[in-house]
Amino acid sequence: MNPSSSDTAAIRFINVSKVFAAGDNDKAFTALKSVSLDVPRGSIQGVIGRSGAGKSTLVRLVNGLEKPTSGQVIVDGVDISALPERRLRVMRRPIGMIFQLFNLLSSRTVFDNIAFPLEISGAAKSAIRARVNELAELVGLTDKIDRYPAELSGGQKQRVGIARALANNPKILLSDEATSALDPETTQSILELLLRINRELGLTILLITHEMAVIRAIAQQVAVIDGGEIVERGSAFDVFTRPRHPLTRLFVSQETGQVLPSYFAAHMRGEPVAGGQAVVKIGFRGPNATTPVLARLAREHAIMPNIMSGTVDEVGGTPFGTLVIGISGGEEPLRRTLTFLTDLDLDAEVLGYVP
Amino acid sequence: MSPDQLSPDFLQSVQTFLNNVGAILYTYRERLWLDTLRTMWMTIASASLGTALGIPIGVFLATTKKNELFACPWANVVVGFVANYFRAIPFIILAVAMMPFTRALVGSGISITAAIVVLAIAATPFIARLIETAIREVDQGLIEAARAYGASPLQIVFKVLIPEALPSIVLTITNATVALIGYTAMVGALGVGGLGQLAINHGYQQNKPILTWTIVNMIVVIVVIVQYLGERLARRVNKRVRT
Repeated sequence: MNPSSSDTAAIRFINVSKVFAAGDNDKAFTALKSVSLDVPRGSIQGVIGRSGAGKSTLVRLVNGLEKPTSGQVIVDGVDISALPERRLRVMRRPIGMIFQLFNLLSSRTVFDNIAFPLEISGAAKSAIRARVNELAELVGLTDKIDRYPAELSGGQKQRVGIARALANNPKILLSDEATSALDPETTQSILELLLRINRELGLTILLITHEMAVIRAIAQQVAVIDGGEIVERGSAFDVFTRPRHPLTRLFVSQETGQVLPSYFAAHMRGEPVAGGQAVVKIGFRGPNATTPVLARLAREHAIMPNIMSGTVDEVGGTPFGTLVIGISGGEEPLRRTLTFLTDLDLDAEVLGYVP
Repeated sequence: MSPDQLSPDFLQSVQTFLNNVGAILYTYRERLWLDTLRTMWMTIASASLGTALGIPIGVFLATTKKNELFACPWANVVVGFVANYFRAIPFIILAVAMMPFTRALVGSGISITAAIVVLAIAATPFIARLIETAIREVDQGLIEAARAYGASPLQIVFKVLIPEALPSIVLTITNATVALIGYTAMVGALGVGGLGQLAINHGYQQNKPILTWTIVNMIVVIVVIVQYLGERLARRVNKRVRT
């Protein structure tokens, strides 16, 4: 085992597989296949996948709500998978968790919901009072402290969920689709809160989601999971700007809205069209993002690109641009364009051809 | 129809009727009062006993199934069978059949105390099954959240399952209490006292329909009050809806 990575990793999944045994009504189901992943301490690690991809199982392995069929899950240097239930309960206390549907106790006020993990760990009443008030202030719910969950909006409920998750001063926060039930604006404010917690408290956050927007907003690393396997991983910026796996490309395109105008999309073909143009997607990232590429292409190569669409996006605070252009004149200008772009270290890709 | 259009004969019969009612109420005032108290005592005592036994049994039934908190399927099947067995016995037969048992237990087969024992035995499985349903309806996500925060199974029962199921539990006990009021009338027929016995022995057997119907209406009033209070309390403990 690599000692340096076990020092820096808050959570390590080592060759983890999970098979759900056949039940009365369903067949055995393999949720995870040999998954290995290191989550660096203090980072925000995103895991994205479609529903049923195994991401919920993955997150539940960290606090032992699920046990791996094989492999190890090492949290803070301790092999969670080997612990008996009683020890596991104690281990879970410094691992906070927030949920898609909040899972707040309807019979308890905001105060008592936040106090719940503290009661479980047997904290003194006075300590609970002080800590709960502190947390309510952190998440901005001091004025709602005596309300019941039914009286709160979705965003407020998730703030209670976050305060509750932080009650025991956790080092790790697990987020299970925490913003999936919220509208985009509320999602944004909850993500900002998570980012703030990550920075101010140095919390490691493992968040699973099916929305690339969430990854883009706060994740530093991302793993793409499909059919129980990690199909792509890396820094959020790299995965976002240079997606390789088809699923990742799908997620990215859904998020950035990088689709062609419908006229081009409808007429797109796989083979060159006589008298038509090639559709080239250029990704701008890094230092050349500010180079006047199209102007140089026109002046130095006498190729007149036809601009079809363009966007500037941001991943984790770093901007990147995408431009879709049309190159007419057949194979030769296209080849020269691609060489020119590649030489500038820009990502160029031929999407197809239109008449 | 205005009052002066009513025939004198009709007014006369109304007056006679009211006089009869007044006479019956006056004659039986003491018995009515005492038997109301007896009925209420039997109901309250048996409902309390049934609740005290029914809640733990209900929680046991809900949490010992396969994959639940205290999974122990064989014990679940045994307890479930016993609950079904007693629930299947028609109450009047249970009341008679239990006489030797109550005699051994409280020294008499026909007494208020004996009736309370029988009523509690009838109420317990009824309450237990409904509590089981109420507990099983608690959102699985809440149990998962409690586990994620390190709660032990017992903490989950007392801090999550029972508080979250409380509105349903209150309604269950309300319905059980209403059913028990009906049952007290039946044990009344066996001669242990209460409004049921008064209605049978004096109202029916001495052919005093006015007395019978007076008692019926009193029982209806008690039922309505219990139902009202129960629903009010259930609403009060229910924080799931905005008030």
